[in-house]
Amino acid sequence: MNGAICVEGLVKRFGATTALDGVDLVARPGAVLGLLGPNGSGKTTTVRVLATLLRPDAGRATVLGHDVVADAPAVRRRIGLTGQYAAVDEALTGTDNLVLVARLLDVPRRAAKARAAELINQFGLTEAAGRRVRTYSGGMRRRLDLAVSLIGRPDVLFLDEPTTGLDPRHRNEVWDHVRGLAADGVTVLLTTQYLEEADQLADDLVVIDRGRVIAGGTPASLKAELGGQALHVRPLLRADVPRVLALMGELGATPVADATGELVAPALDPALLRRVEDRLAAADIPVAEIGLRLPSLDDVFLALTGHTAEEAA
Amino acid sequence: MTTLAPAPPAPTRHAAAPRSSFVRHAGTLAWRGITKTIHSTEALLDVTLQPVIFLLLFVYVFGGAISGSPDAYLQLALPGVLVQTIVFASAGTGVGLAEDLSTGIFDRFRSLPISRSAPLVGAILADLVRYLTSGLIMLALGLLLGFRITTSPPAVVAAFGLVMVFAFAMCWVFTALAMVVGQPRSVQGLGALVMLPLTFGSNVFVPTDTLPSWLRGFVEINPVTHVADAARGLLSGGPVAAPVTFALIASAVVIAVFAPLAVFLYRRRT
Repeated sequence: MNGAICVEGLVKRFGATTALDGVDLVARPGAVLGLLGPNGSGKTTTVRVLATLLRPDAGRATVLGHDVVADAPAVRRRIGLTGQYAAVDEALTGTDNLVLVARLLDVPRRAAKARAAELINQFGLTEAAGRRVRTYSGGMRRRLDLAVSLIGRPDVLFLDEPTTGLDPRHRNEVWDHVRGLAADGVTVLLTTQYLEEADQLADDLVVIDRGRVIAGGTPASLKAELGGQALHVRPLLRADVPRVLALMGELGATPVADATGELVAPALDPALLRRVEDRLAAADIPVAEIGLRLPSLDDVFLALTGHTAEEAA
Repeated sequence: MTTLAPAPPAPTRHAAAPRSSFVRHAGTLAWRGITKTIHSTEALLDVTLQPVIFLLLFVYVFGGAISGSPDAYLQLALPGVLVQTIVFASAGTGVGLAEDLSTGIFDRFRSLPISRSAPLVGAILADLVRYLTSGLIMLALGLLLGFRITTSPPAVVAAFGLVMVFAFAMCWVFTALAMVVGQPRSVQGLGALVMLPLTFGSNVFVPTDTLPSWLRGFVEINPVTHVADAARGLLSGGPVAAPVTFALIASAVVIAVFAPLAVFLYRRRT
């Protein structure tokens, strides 16, 4: 096992609940590994074991070659952790939060202040640096949390649902930072409930459900396995459904109509969208909705497990 | 890989850092605690204004009825109200720790290469500064209102030292409570259930011989009574040796019971 993170047969129980039921995964050095799964699937528990916050009941995990149980201090020296709920001190200022963690990492006082200023600048928090975190917006808090986890220049970064609860603009900001880190060679383990996020950021994906790994591979290979994107068409009038079915069939698509009057066809070629639009316009059929969609997390779960993410949670 | 490896060995707990870095980390975390108090208006008022209000209320509301005049009462009550203020402040330690548990900041600390007990030690160090500040503010106000210190400066220092030892002992009770309950609000509520009988069920406010006999029994074994007696002796004269001895033994017993319990619960919780 030559990964930056290696996990073998990890088991964690909380009373009668088995949170991790033999998880295996490997993160390649310098790559972003996406850990995808619904709430309660074991993502956070996995991260907490890897970040030395929880002891596994069985199995083994190493980070950069250090065992997370036997050699926890060595692991802690090399990692950064950003939790699902931003773990920054609300009563301190942004700068003080950064300096606090830098000092706990044994960075000398002056260097700690310089590094804090550098990260404040990098994360666009200059104006808020001297304000208490209590006054920050959700996006600012998340950026500060990410900055705090980077203060020791970690080689491995754990991001536990870094964008949950953020609006799209702030989500994009966080994504840009993660891409930048990956470009700098940091190994990132990212947990997410969003397929789109995994698709945007991850080099490799592991899908986890009920404490078990149920699929793994690159986003492209997983999507290919799931049939890739699909064309969704919803005619304005229910009466037009048969005509649209026929028209799409003539273009070589294989649409299926569901009970709500929506037609869905696999779209291996994205140009299908344009061709269908043209034909619909030519035939003067009004359409309420048309577009290409990636399989949602529910689609992934339905395909892999036979149940939806909602049911799993 | 479905074969499970045997459970890994227990981690060595104090392997994280040598002693000098432990002191530095605890100091850094104490700085955090003090900065938090300074930055937070309500925490700062709690430290500064609460002792002022306590003293003014008790002296001017109860003074005439109990001692005939506020001036006479001040001389009797100030040492005890000082003890009460600092016991109240020690409950704040539990509330602060419960807040840290519930916000996830302890997870951050635990993911850092620092000793596991550094956050706890840092929080308590910061709170000792808080207790001392409250106590000094109260004494200063007492002197302004006419309280007379009839002993020597070393005795005053000893009085503060003793009250701090007792507050240090009590903070372990509230730390243990915080580790069991977890929620800051509940710690505050349950803390009051501990503090109110301890501080009012003592001789801080009224002479013991005015109490019904069943209550007198409780008051006489209540450590707050003895700490208050010792503080009176050290600040304005009176017996010292017996109450100081009792106060130190009581503090030692509380520490011996609650410090290991609190540390055990803290380790389990974090």
